[in-house]
Amino acid sequence: MDENSKTPQLDELETGPWPSFVTEIKKAAEKSEMSADLLGVLERSYEDKVGHWKHGGIVGVKGYGGGVVGRYTDLPEEFPNVSEFHTMRVNAPSGWFYTTDALRTVCDIWERHGSGITNMHGSTGDLILLGMKTEELQPTFNELAENGFDLGGSGSDLRSPSCCCGPGRCEYACYDTLDMCYDITNEFQDELHRPMWPYKSKIKMSGCANDCVAAAARADISVIGTWRDTIIIDQDAVKQYAADGLDIREAVVERCPTRCLTYDQETGELTVNGSECTRCMHCVNVMCKAIKQGEEKGATILLGAKSTIVKSAFMSWVLVPFMKMEAPYTEFKELVNRIWDWWDENGKTRERIGETVYRIGMGKFLREVGMEAVPQMVYRPRANPYVFWPQEEIFQEAAGQAEDQD
Amino acid sequence: MAMIDNGPPDFHEYLPTIIKENYGKWQYHEHPRPGVLKHVGPAGALYSIRVGEPRLMSVDSIRAVCDIADEFCDGHLRFTSRNNIEFLTPDEEKVLPIIERCEEMGYPVGGTGNSLSNIVHTQGWVHCHTPASDASGIVKAVMDDLFEYFGTQKLPNKLHIAMACCLNMCGAAHCSDISIVGIHRTVPRMDHEAIRKNTEIPSLVACCPTAAIRPDPKNKSVTVVEERCMYCGNCYTMSPGMHIMDAENDGLAIMVGGKVSTARSDPSFSRMVIPFLPNNPPRWPETVEAVRHIVEVWIENARQGERLGEWIERIGWERFFSISGIPFSDKLIDDYIFSRETFRTSSAFKY
Repeated sequence: MDENSKTPQLDELETGPWPSFVTEIKKAAEKSEMSADLLGVLERSYEDKVGHWKHGGIVGVKGYGGGVVGRYTDLPEEFPNVSEFHTMRVNAPSGWFYTTDALRTVCDIWERHGSGITNMHGSTGDLILLGMKTEELQPTFNELAENGFDLGGSGSDLRSPSCCCGPGRCEYACYDTLDMCYDITNEFQDELHRPMWPYKSKIKMSGCANDCVAAAARADISVIGTWRDTIIIDQDAVKQYAADGLDIREAVVERCPTRCLTYDQETGELTVNGSECTRCMHCVNVMCKAIKQGEEKGATILLGAKSTIVKSAFMSWVLVPFMKMEAPYTEFKELVNRIWDWWDENGKTRERIGETVYRIGMGKFLREVGMEAVPQMVYRPRANPYVFWPQEEIFQEAAGQAEDQD
Repeated sequence: MAMIDNGPPDFHEYLPTIIKENYGKWQYHEHPRPGVLKHVGPAGALYSIRVGEPRLMSVDSIRAVCDIADEFCDGHLRFTSRNNIEFLTPDEEKVLPIIERCEEMGYPVGGTGNSLSNIVHTQGWVHCHTPASDASGIVKAVMDDLFEYFGTQKLPNKLHIAMACCLNMCGAAHCSDISIVGIHRTVPRMDHEAIRKNTEIPSLVACCPTAAIRPDPKNKSVTVVEERCMYCGNCYTMSPGMHIMDAENDGLAIMVGGKVSTARSDPSFSRMVIPFLPNNPPRWPETVEAVRHIVEVWIENARQGERLGEWIERIGWERFFSISGIPFSDKLIDDYIFSRETFRTSSAFKY
């Protein structure tokens, strides 16, 4: 270890085969005093084993209530260049497809205005510009906007939607995730830029149940591609897999969660009891040349995923078993507007929609947003008899019986 | 004033020609070698070369990546949902030169098929105000240690690792094969002056999952019932006066067995198997060793095709602890609101 090094602990993280974030910060520090001071603050955190960023920070750009995360160091005298070190979230293109021209444009703007450090990308999907002074926020945004970029979400708003690469590069895509992500992001610009809700709300779109953007776990509204008819099996291709050495019984049939596949070793034919298939994707994943998804494609809408705070982590649960997903996605937009309106009325401060529905009850939620309860919504029915009966349902029933007697 | 509500750039303008021609018409895909995908459609094949990146990137590194895409990919590339870079080309002959160039520049090729892909992670001490640990440093240490599994496809199934620097668990720590989560272990130290000045007290009281925080109107502040507090730090998120960071006692918990895809088994949460490991920068050796041990036990014992959680569910959690030698303790028995369903209400178990 270099004894004169000012960052002996961080230097240690420049060794080893995985690309080093320390090297990245040092690269940026050659041109930016902010990045140089970031190294200093970070080394101090490695010594002290605590963070050195002050609590909170409210900054932004004109016209918007979100998109920027304010940050100030608690060591401003020692590291004055990161006394203000805010993050700007830039809304990334669908599927994170870029041209080098577009990326170079962002790099040039960012180098002029900030630290030159980015995150490619934030977990929600935004391109993160990491570290800028307050006075640079508006000029940076202005230049980004002139070049066709906009900010992503932060705070109690619609966060930037994101999606898998979908039909751009995947034979499993059951709808156009890229187009839908672009369309709804544009449709809900107001909800994204001007926080007006009880808390954050996220939408993610995966083209199939492999769920490559983790929509089921990381979005309040999860759109997961599926199909309604039966998988299509190409027997010649099945035989080719067998000839190539795949143990179809062991690797495919035995792993099917509903045991709806049958493989005849003698004839080499694979058959499916289509109505029993839950479309988990396993057989398609293993034999993508031989097994195609059905032709009647769409998506399942699930609701409620969130992380731990406050009432434990939730995964999204089924709300609409099947919805056609075609531009301009009118049915989906009407549904999410009804859901958000209900949540806006009923949600407590900092209560994710999953927690609101959980607190108030699925039955009441479904009645109030005008949806039918279906068995696909649950793994199993309730085991306790504590049912809330809407009293008007009882009176209607009684009135109906009285009429029948007349 | 700048134009507002532009929305994101139109992705159509960023797609390479081969993608436009095969859009929505792809027929199948193959893995010609680790880190390379070949997707085939009626207009021909697309090769995607996937490389690992540290997520935190300088603009000069992005430009260097752009140079590769300019030279070999007609200026086209994408990023993945696990923060890898993919170079996109229809030309098979460019695959090897791209790989060579990436490796020269220190970007490893891999992350496809039955491999360890990149670690989804968070800000840590680089930019966040509530972390119990760093993120980038631990990720670097773990990826260095498990590097061989990134560029090969020899695991039983794919391996998703996630890192979250506090219990907010930004990212995917609640649904990954292995998760590393920053935790605190001591009650917040209250700065009543900061609470009075800078806090909406009802929101502070309401934010506590265990109702450990009570209003103290006389003092215009709050009190904490210490035996109810499990140090989640949500009160610090709400108030700068609730200091939760504690250099000596903060650290990391390890959770395992989560997944998001529905293939074979439903999506599931990761479960805690190690309640605490110390913060030991810059290399976090205890955490790196614990993660490697879990990976090795999985490789040794799982059937081909089993995700870590699927293997554990098949053999039973009691067997996971006996095989791995990881000590079980009362800290791992859930005592929060949905806990009862995690207790074993059956006499079926292994000794």
